[in-house]
Amino acid sequence: MLKIVEIENLTVQYPDVKALDDVSFEINQGDFLGIIGPNGAGKSTLFDSMLGLNTKYKGTIKFFGEDIRKSKNYLKEIGYVPQKPIFEKNFPVTVTDVVRMGLRNESDENKIDEILQQLWIHELRNRRIGELSGGQQQRVFIAKALIINPRILILDEPVTGIDQQSIDLFYSILRELNSKQKITIIWSSHDLDAVNQLANHVACLNRTLFFHGESEKFFSNDELVKQYSEASMQEHMHHH
Amino acid sequence: MHRALISGIAIAILCSVIGLFLVLRRYSLFGDAIAHSSFGGIALGLLAGVYPLWTAYGVSIASALIITKIKDRYNISGDASIAVLLSSGIAVGLVIIGLSGGFTIDIFSFLFGSILLVSVNDTVLILSLTGGILIVILLLYRQILYSTFNEEQAKVSGIPVEKINYLIVFMAGITVVTSIQLVGVLLISALFVIPNVTAIMYGKGFKQTAIISMSFSIFSVVVGILLSYIFDITPAGTIVLLAISLLAGTMGIKSSGLLSKS
Ligand SMILES: Nc1ncnc2c1ncn2[C@@H]1O[C@H](COP(=O)(O)OP(=O)(O)OP(=O)(O)O)[C@@H](O)[C@H]1O
Ligand SMILES: [Mg+2]
Repeated sequence: MLKIVEIENLTVQYPDVKALDDVSFEINQGDFLGIIGPNGAGKSTLFDSMLGLNTKYKGTIKFFGEDIRKSKNYLKEIGYVPQKPIFEKNFPVTVTDVVRMGLRNESDENKIDEILQQLWIHELRNRRIGELSGGQQQRVFIAKALIINPRILILDEPVTGIDQQSIDLFYSILRELNSKQKITIIWSSHDLDAVNQLANHVACLNRTLFFHGESEKFFSNDELVKQYSEASMQEHMHHH
Repeated sequence: MHRALISGIAIAILCSVIGLFLVLRRYSLFGDAIAHSSFGGIALGLLAGVYPLWTAYGVSIASALIITKIKDRYNISGDASIAVLLSSGIAVGLVIIGLSGGFTIDIFSFLFGSILLVSVNDTVLILSLTGGILIVILLLYRQILYSTFNEEQAKVSGIPVEKINYLIVFMAGITVVTSIQLVGVLLISALFVIPNVTAIMYGKGFKQTAIISMSFSIFSVVVGILLSYIFDITPAGTIVLLAISLLAGTMGIKSSGLLSKS
């Protein structure tokens, strides 16, 4: 199996906290990896480091066998949907404008139409992005991520604040992308049930990586699931 | 007169395009800040006996780039860095003017603009700078738009966001000093901001918004120059008042519900 990502001894020290501590794992082509962990576990920090947004890390991150410190070429293969896409609410861009931004070279209007149809947002194409609901916006950002035909899709808690119906649609789209188009998906979530249903691999993160492997192994091990739930619970109490 | 109109139209287009990116970056007052720092540059030129516009270009572009660097390095918010830039330009200008023996008539025309007096050389300079900047923007259109929309995502798409940011600041510096001849230091951000705020209200996509803004900007400048010529009043004030009435008109249309969603 082709190794897409290799993370070796990744440590990220912010001024006040160590967000990641000696994390190592690999992601293979075609994996649908669910990364679970409580608030503050370091999920976004892991993504930021993988995407070159945070360069102050110790350890090594490789994409397609190449250290990302050496070349930024790997970014061409990545579609990224951030946890909270921040933009001005009245930013004068339409849905089509946003998706077009994702394209690297000249725009291909047919391709844009096709993607918008695939994600059920074609009828919104001339609306401004800021006027849409959270779930609709999310789908626009996924369209923007997919327009470059990425080999890897990275999604940071993509369904926060979105209604159940949109979530179901969204998950079915992800499943199709992974199974039919063979896109490797790396996806962080708080929703254990969803990870259980969708992902074929699980990484359980809470500053350190305390499980990584096939999702059946994780979910069939009651002890692990219980441990994870307790860790999340403690984190939760901690915040109140 | 036709020189004034030609230069005016070029500046109108330039300010509305650069201004659109500044407004969307929540950097609306940046034009103002650069203009104020150019005041220091103008005073310096007058003191040194150099053509003041050249020193204004130098000082404005340099201070705009430096403040952007400081802002990123020390994590100062956009509006605070604008305040620093704005006040230090004026302070430097005042001290230099004091040293050189007080206000002169030249300073007055830089404060309030003097488009009706624009020379052939000025017109050529204005046209070539406008052409140059517009070409750069057209070539880097997607990169500039994307990094304005969302820096992080633009970075992940491989866009050199920091370089683009400096480029915008640099072009804004040139634009401001170029436009000083039209509306003067004090009203510069009107041209940057008002047509764009107006255009954004029409709820259209990016290109259409930019075109609407340019049209409003050109209208205000052309009609403003003509009116000021006919009635012998100051062009700067007239231009800005026209832009404001377009904004007011748009607000009126919008609240009357005529401008509902397309
Ligand atoms: N830019 C930063 N500077 C300093 N500390 C940071 C920064 N970003 C994150 N942290 C800290 O690092 C830790 C991990 O944060 P991170 O955002 O990676 O968690 P997360 O797993 O994505 O959480 P959530 O589920 O809430 O999104 C937290 O303690 C956070 O306070
Ligand atoms: Mg996060």
